[in-house]
Amino acid sequence: MIPAEVFLTFILMLSIFLGFELINKVPATLHTPLMSGANAISGITVVGAISLAGTGEQDLANWLGAGAVALASINVVGGYLVTDRMLAMFKKKEG
Amino acid sequence: MDILIQFAYVVSAALFIYGLKQLGSPATARRGNTISAIGMLVAVVAALLDQGIVDFQWIVIGFVVGGAIGGAAARLVQMTSMPEMVALFNGFGGMASLLVGWAALNPDAVTFTLITIILSILIGGVTFTGSLIAYGKLSETIGSGAVLFRGQQVVNSLIVLGILGASAMFCMEPGNSQWLFLVIGLSLLFGIMVVIPIGGADMPVVISLLNSYSGLAACAAGFAVDNNILIVAGSLVGASGIILTQIMCKAMNRSLSNVLFSGFGSGKVEEASVEGEIKPISVEDAYYVLEAASNVAIIPGYGMAVAQAQHVVKELCELLEQNGTEVNFGIHPVAGRMPGHMNVLLAEADVPYDQLLEMDDINPRMENVDVAIVIGANDVVNPAARENEGSPIYGMPVINVDSARTVFVLKRSMASGFAGIENPLFYKENTRMLFGDAKESIGGLIREFS
Repeated sequence: MIPAEVFLTFILMLSIFLGFELINKVPATLHTPLMSGANAISGITVVGAISLAGTGEQDLANWLGAGAVALASINVVGGYLVTDRMLAMFKKKEG
Repeated sequence: MDILIQFAYVVSAALFIYGLKQLGSPATARRGNTISAIGMLVAVVAALLDQGIVDFQWIVIGFVVGGAIGGAAARLVQMTSMPEMVALFNGFGGMASLLVGWAALNPDAVTFTLITIILSILIGGVTFTGSLIAYGKLSETIGSGAVLFRGQQVVNSLIVLGILGASAMFCMEPGNSQWLFLVIGLSLLFGIMVVIPIGGADMPVVISLLNSYSGLAACAAGFAVDNNILIVAGSLVGASGIILTQIMCKAMNRSLSNVLFSGFGSGKVEEASVEGEIKPISVEDAYYVLEAASNVAIIPGYGMAVAQAQHVVKELCELLEQNGTEVNFGIHPVAGRMPGHMNVLLAEADVPYDQLLEMDDINPRMENVDVAIVIGANDVVNPAARENEGSPIYGMPVINVDSARTVFVLKRSMASGFAGIENPLFYKENTRMLFGDAKESIGGLIREFS
C-alpha cells in the first residue's frame, strides 16, 4: 500500500504538468475568460468546506467551514456565470 | 458509498480537464466552460453525499449567501471592471482555503498534515489580502502607484522569518493556538506587503500571480483535508496562473522578481531628450486622411476602457470597412489591466475575434498600414523601448506603430502614461495628436463619415 502522502503528491505532480500542457495552448484572446474560468475552478475548495460545515456540532470548525462554503460559492457561481457571459460575446466574422 | 464518491471525483476531474482543453479555442470555449461547470456540480453533489454530514443547514446557508453574491456580481459587473472582479474573486478563493485549512486542524494531526494546514493558511492569507490591495489599486479606491519606503526589504524579511518561526512552533505545539494566530496574522500582513510596492502598470502580472496562488491554496487545502479533487483542480489553476504570469513578464521584458520587488515607475528615470514637436490634428483633417486610407490598424490600450470607447470604435471600424478600408486591431499582451482585457472589451462591442491580431502578427504588416490609430495606449507603442537604452522600458517588445505611414494618437492631454515615461512617438514626423476624450473624438470622426 502506498502511503497517502506519496499518493497525493504524485497526483499533484501529474496535474501540474497536465495544467501546463493544457493552458499553454490557450490563445491570448481568451486569457481573460481563462482567468475567470480558472477562478471558478479554484472554488473547488467548496468541496473540502462542505464536510467541515456539516458536522452538526456548534464548534469553531463548523463556523469556519460554513464561512468557507459561502466564500467559495461566490467564486464558483460568480466565476462560471461571468465567464459564460464573456464567452457568449466572442464571435467570428460572418461570411 | 465512499468509493462512489471517490469515483465521482475522478469524473469531475476529467470534466475539468476536458473543459480547459475546450477553452483553447474561441469556437469551443463557451462549451468548455459549461463542461467545467458540470464537473464542479458533480464534485459538489458527491461531497454532499458524504456520510459524515449530519446537518445541512449551514451548508445551504453558505451556498445561498455565496451563490447570490456571486451571481449578482457576475451579472452586474461591467466588462471594463473585469480586472477588479477577478482580483476580488481570487481573494475570496484564498480566504476560503485559509478557513478550510484552519477548520481541518485537530490536535492529533500528524506533522505532514500540520505542514499542509500551515501552507493552506499561509498561501490563502497572502492571496486574500494581496488580492484586496490589488482590487483597491485597480478600482483606484487606494492610490495605484507603487508604495516604497526605506527598510522595506528588511521589514519583509522579518515577516518571512516570523512566519517560518511561528510555523515551526505551530508544528511542534499544534494545541497552542497562539502560534496559529501568529501565522494567520503574519500571512495577512505579508499579502499586503508584497502587493503595495507594485505599481498599477504591473497589475496584469499581479492578478495572474494571485490567480495562481488561489489555486495553490486550494491545492494545499486538499492535502489538509485529504481530498484528491482539490489537489487536481487547484494545481490546474495554479499552473494556469503561472503560465499567464510568465507571458505577462515576457511581454514586458522583465523578470518576475523585477516586477515584484523593484517598484517600477517610482524611481528616478534617466530620460533621453526628445526631439521634434507635437503636431495636433483636428477631427476634420483626421477624417480626410482616414477617408483616403486603404489599410488602418487600431491599437487600443487601457484608455479605451476608461473612456468606454469600444462601441464607437466598432462603429468607426464598420464605416471604414464600408468605405473599402481594411481594418485590423493590434493587441499588445499587456494592454489593459489584465491578460486579454482588450479582447473582451472589443468582443463586447461585437468586433469579431479574427480581426484582433497579436503583436507578433501585426508588427510585420505595419509598413503597409496607412493609418495606425492609437486609442488610450501609451507604453505599449513607445518606440523608446527599441531606441533608447536609458529608458526604463528598454527591451520591452512594443507594437511598432511608428513604421505606419501616419499615426494618430488619441489622447486626453500630454500627461505621460501609467509608467510615467516620456513617449518619443508623440514627437515623430508622421505622428498627429488628436486631443480630447477618445469617445468624443471618435464620435466626431463618425459624424464626418455620415
